[in-house]
Amino acid sequence: MANSETSRMNRRRFLIETAITACGVSLFGTGLAFHARNALPPFAIRPPGALLEEDFLGACIRCGLCVRDCPYDTLQLAELGEQVTIGTPYFLARHIPCEMCEDIPCVKACPTGALSHGLTDINEARMGLAVLADHETCLNFLGLRCDVCYQVCPLIDEAITLEIQHNQRTGKHSMFLPTLHSEYCTGCGKCEYACVLEVAAIKVFPKLLVKGELGQHYRLGWKEQEKAGESLIEGIIDLPDRLPEGGL
Amino acid sequence: MKKYLSVDIVTTKGWVNAYKWLFLRRVTQLTILGLFLLGPWFGVWVVKGNLASSLTLEILPLTDPYVLLQSLFTGFIPETIALIGALIVLIFYILVGGRVYCSWVCPINIITDIAVSLRERLGIKGVTQFSRTTRYWILAMSLVVSFITGTIAWEFLNPVSIIYRGLIFGMGLAWGVIVAIFIFDLFMSKRGWCTYLCPVGAFYSLLGKVSLLRISASKRKQCNDCMDCFKVCPESQVIKPALKGNMSPVILSANCTNCGQCIDVCTKDVFNFSTRFCKS
Repeated sequence: MANSETSRMNRRRFLIETAITACGVSLFGTGLAFHARNALPPFAIRPPGALLEEDFLGACIRCGLCVRDCPYDTLQLAELGEQVTIGTPYFLARHIPCEMCEDIPCVKACPTGALSHGLTDINEARMGLAVLADHETCLNFLGLRCDVCYQVCPLIDEAITLEIQHNQRTGKHSMFLPTLHSEYCTGCGKCEYACVLEVAAIKVFPKLLVKGELGQHYRLGWKEQEKAGESLIEGIIDLPDRLPEGGL
Repeated sequence: MKKYLSVDIVTTKGWVNAYKWLFLRRVTQLTILGLFLLGPWFGVWVVKGNLASSLTLEILPLTDPYVLLQSLFTGFIPETIALIGALIVLIFYILVGGRVYCSWVCPINIITDIAVSLRERLGIKGVTQFSRTTRYWILAMSLVVSFITGTIAWEFLNPVSIIYRGLIFGMGLAWGVIVAIFIFDLFMSKRGWCTYLCPVGAFYSLLGKVSLLRISASKRKQCNDCMDCFKVCPESQVIKPALKGNMSPVILSANCTNCGQCIDVCTKDVFNFSTRFCKS
């Protein structure tokens, strides 16, 4: 009798203790999950071959082998207290940009494939996307021929081109506007590093933050025409030009 | 200062025997850390990486199986080299004892050992009690959260990797983690972190269920019931079945960390390293 009483008490205590622990840990886990979700917005420029951020955080085990094998000390691991998810590799282009090694040692060093081993041509890397973020301070936009970002670009005339435009201010000069092309830009950050301003006017951002996307149904007429080799619509009706009354 | 052991082990056994295993453990812990630091500090690259994954002499890959398990739970299939590294580590700890990681490798162990010895000497009585199963719940939780969020969840918090990575790659605010664990273990809960909360230890405990190298109370007949081994043992519940039971004298509990403090403290030389299958 006494024995069964004790065992019932023990069982009761065990169940209560288990319930408390389970609840406590679940609450804790919920907090951790929220934290993990909040850690997702990526502001870091990742090494070459890094998977998309949401996959990367499940694949990168924060070992730092990529950091060790980077010959230019470009990469670093995020320390506690930094904006980047703790322990993960990233680089600050304005500090040390990626030199785009042809043998990509950081990718080879990655034991898990968080830096995808499928990347064998460094020109295919998409670490981020350079954007001419500030037209107001860019010297080329002011009508000068700085051109530094263009000149240092490893994919000159592909990732950055200079587009000539009339300089309305002077009325007689041209502006050579640095223009970026996401099709080619690897996000190495050499342009941001080299920008001569106090604060760079051209910057590398994670692609997700800056790249727009056309609606799936959008078709660019001139591209469709090129593809088809001729105009897709026959006999476009040429409407008369409407001019204001008394116009020429 | 308060004495908490029944006899002065140094005068009874001499310095060497009184601190032999403690000394060997500290040497091992610091040697492993030293090997990692040799590269960044002196440019001698014996080992690269950290405890999560490393490459020794450009040939031997080692990967923390618990971190990799969380990665698998996110749905990611890692490269073979990481799997091989984890397999080597798993086999190693199955041979030498799962929680050998805790007492012979983990940097937190040094912090919590200092905290507990200070605590005993200052006579601080702990207040916070957790269930001993809490760490297993946290272990399960970390895998569930990894699965749900698709991130390696425990690595957001894991003080083991935060401190180890901090020492090798740059501390940031990681000093705060050291202080927090120390204060927690000193004032709030005796051996609180390692005994109740740490899922890394819980993971390695699971390996300890089958591990080969064990401590045995093989000369338990010589025990004079001084209780000192219970006082120094970080998982004191593991000793009783082996020391006082009438079954095998081998400490079979997976929570035993093979730290050897019971061997050091015992003036009757009851304990020694042995294997799981040792009968005598």
